[in-house]
Amino acid sequence: MADKRKVIMLGNEAIARGAYEAGVKVSAAYPGTPSTEISEYLVQYKDDLYCEWSPNEKVATEVAVGASLAGTRAMACMKHVGFNVAADPAYSVSYMGVNGGLVIVVADDPGLYSSQNEQDTRMVARAAQLPVLEPSDSAEAKEYMKLAFELSEQYDRPFVYRTTTRLAHSQGLVELADRRDIPDKEYEKNIRKNVMMPVNAKARHVEIEKRNLELAEAANTLSINTVEMKDPKIGVITSGIPYQYVKEALPDASVLKLGMVNPLPRKLIQDFAAKVDTLYIVEELDPVIEEQVKSWGVKAVGKEIFTVQGEYSANMLREKILKEEVGAAKAEEVPGRPPILCPGCPHRSVYYVLNKLKLHAAGDIGCYTLGAVPPLSVVDTTMCMGSSISTLHGMEKAKGREYVKNWVAVIGDSTFLHTGVNSLMNMVYNNASGTVMILDNSTTGMTGHQDHAATGKTLQGDPAYAIDISALCRALGIQNVREVNAFDIRTLEQAVKEETAKNEVSVIIAKSPCVLLTKGKKPMYRAHADKCKKCGMCMKPGCPAMTRNEDGTIRIDDTMCTGCGLCESLCKFDAIELVKEGDR
Amino acid sequence: MAAKNIMIVGVGGQGTLLTSRILGGLAILGGYDVKLSEVHGMAQRGGSVVTFVRYGGKVAEPIVEEGQADVIIAFERLEALRYAHFLKKDGALIVNDWRIDPMPVVIGAASYPEGIIESLQKEHKVYTVNATEESKKLGNPRVFNLIVLGVAAQHMDFTKEQWYEVIEHTVPPKTIDINKQAFDVGYHL
Repeated sequence: MADKRKVIMLGNEAIARGAYEAGVKVSAAYPGTPSTEISEYLVQYKDDLYCEWSPNEKVATEVAVGASLAGTRAMACMKHVGFNVAADPAYSVSYMGVNGGLVIVVADDPGLYSSQNEQDTRMVARAAQLPVLEPSDSAEAKEYMKLAFELSEQYDRPFVYRTTTRLAHSQGLVELADRRDIPDKEYEKNIRKNVMMPVNAKARHVEIEKRNLELAEAANTLSINTVEMKDPKIGVITSGIPYQYVKEALPDASVLKLGMVNPLPRKLIQDFAAKVDTLYIVEELDPVIEEQVKSWGVKAVGKEIFTVQGEYSANMLREKILKEEVGAAKAEEVPGRPPILCPGCPHRSVYYVLNKLKLHAAGDIGCYTLGAVPPLSVVDTTMCMGSSISTLHGMEKAKGREYVKNWVAVIGDSTFLHTGVNSLMNMVYNNASGTVMILDNSTTGMTGHQDHAATGKTLQGDPAYAIDISALCRALGIQNVREVNAFDIRTLEQAVKEETAKNEVSVIIAKSPCVLLTKGKKPMYRAHADKCKKCGMCMKPGCPAMTRNEDGTIRIDDTMCTGCGLCESLCKFDAIELVKEGDR
Repeated sequence: MAAKNIMIVGVGGQGTLLTSRILGGLAILGGYDVKLSEVHGMAQRGGSVVTFVRYGGKVAEPIVEEGQADVIIAFERLEALRYAHFLKKDGALIVNDWRIDPMPVVIGAASYPEGIIESLQKEHKVYTVNATEESKKLGNPRVFNLIVLGVAAQHMDFTKEQWYEVIEHTVPPKTIDINKQAFDVGYHL
């Protein structure tokens, strides 16, 4: 028997628990805030299911599709932009349907806490004609997972399960249940359903339209689409986390809460609309529900008064709907505190060198994006995973070889294996000459240290062959591949100068593990005020452990210093001294 | 009971997530409904981070909004100033009297405000502790946040035994004693 007591769970933990209880056999994912922890919590159930980090979301989704076809319940997890990478299989598996239940968990990021855009997954899912469930707290997060698998099998549709940062990273109470034992289904060869060549896909398109209509009809009585009739003066249609803001701000309003946000329950919505005086549609990001409801001729208030940007709140609803002066005190004007590279981060010394050489850098997605801001100010572009290398290539084809000698591409090890490697293949094939720097910190850093294909360990903790990145680059045909210790700034500077001057593709792998991964006693440095000439050389890399005293001399905060030694290697006056030996 | 609203603010990497786990554990121990909201990912890298904890009879939204916090626990002075307007009129502001320069200050693009504590005291009930220095005296500067929690505990409705029980279940087993010692330092200030 499972432990029936209530426990507190992060939304992502509850999603993992729901998958476990639903009898999921296979899960594949690529880390991406705010979805990462789903897999990290799922791995605790590895005796009952298989879960993996795949190199990217397209691969992860295809792995899940394979497991579903084989006849088991399967899922893939990703952030919203990862769903773009997975779009190719997602749009076509929509036509194929499922054998074992198939759920694609996609986490949106209203407010852009850790993302490059604010896209709305419901739009993508609608375009792919995929049904979507959306929970509003941890308890629902768990239950909706189970329902998603049941509906997926009942209607032969892959389901999208949408969350947002606020749900994924909020904790709430959850009641545990046992894992359901779902027997594997038989695999049946069925090329009309599973081979998407035109003649079959044409027929499947008709079939899935029919299934979606059935699902839309069933949505009118689905247990997770609920009406709470109270005062009819104000009626609200909402879903997900915004439902909680509605309950907080408008406890007396009538509410239609949608647990399934695609397809919509037309009759339920029209009946609800007829019973209330003013109908509001409260949804973060795009007017997905609103535009459909209005297209049916239903009068409603939506994005005329609500924003399509960022997160909502109860106070916002009090202001917009109740016209209340919330009158909260205003924030003090204080210096901002943007995220920064950690003290001891190996990217800092790489960027110090690139800054010194006045090079431009086509950047990528990861902690090293933080090198765009002062004082390092190196990164020129950041767009999407793997884009640095192809962006550099496009620059060269536009302006020529000499022009890109002032440029490099910078990309992390995990991002390189995600989609960067394709772009590097393209450079080789199309006779490029640019220099690609792989900042190899032996982990997927920004999302909180996940293993990948070059770390030698799987999500389940099993040893694995660690792909040799420099051998991979050589195998692509690149003659100039160099590995340099990221903290050896002199060798690094030399390597960058030499490689950018060449008329061939070069790869420089700047290696040093993420400082947050290194365990053991760390060395520590101290600055001597009597030797310090206040030249500021050591401050150039922008290490947060270093500040100036009132007289202009340097002070190193011993609670923050991790002993990387970059400041010492920059000081010409021996004013920075190692005071404690360590393992580094 | 109406929900109690607690905020923990600080700099990414200061252990706000551990602190919120302890507060969540306390709320469950007290038999309350509880919701917490945290920051993971990019913002954790040395940025300004805020965690919300709400507990009571029934909790809907997982965030605390401006003017609603009963207690704010600030691990750094500038962050206390940044979020002070979230306090209720008679709310308590617990501040670790410690300075971490944000990057705009490090590079000279902004200056760190002077007299933060004094200016906060004009409008709010402020309780300060230099937990970073106190924790160095205990031989482990990483337990400073338990000292701050000890101070905060004086303004919350849980017994010392309840705090102990949750600390024992939340921190790594090897560090239970030092964390309880740190809590005591704050609790008896």
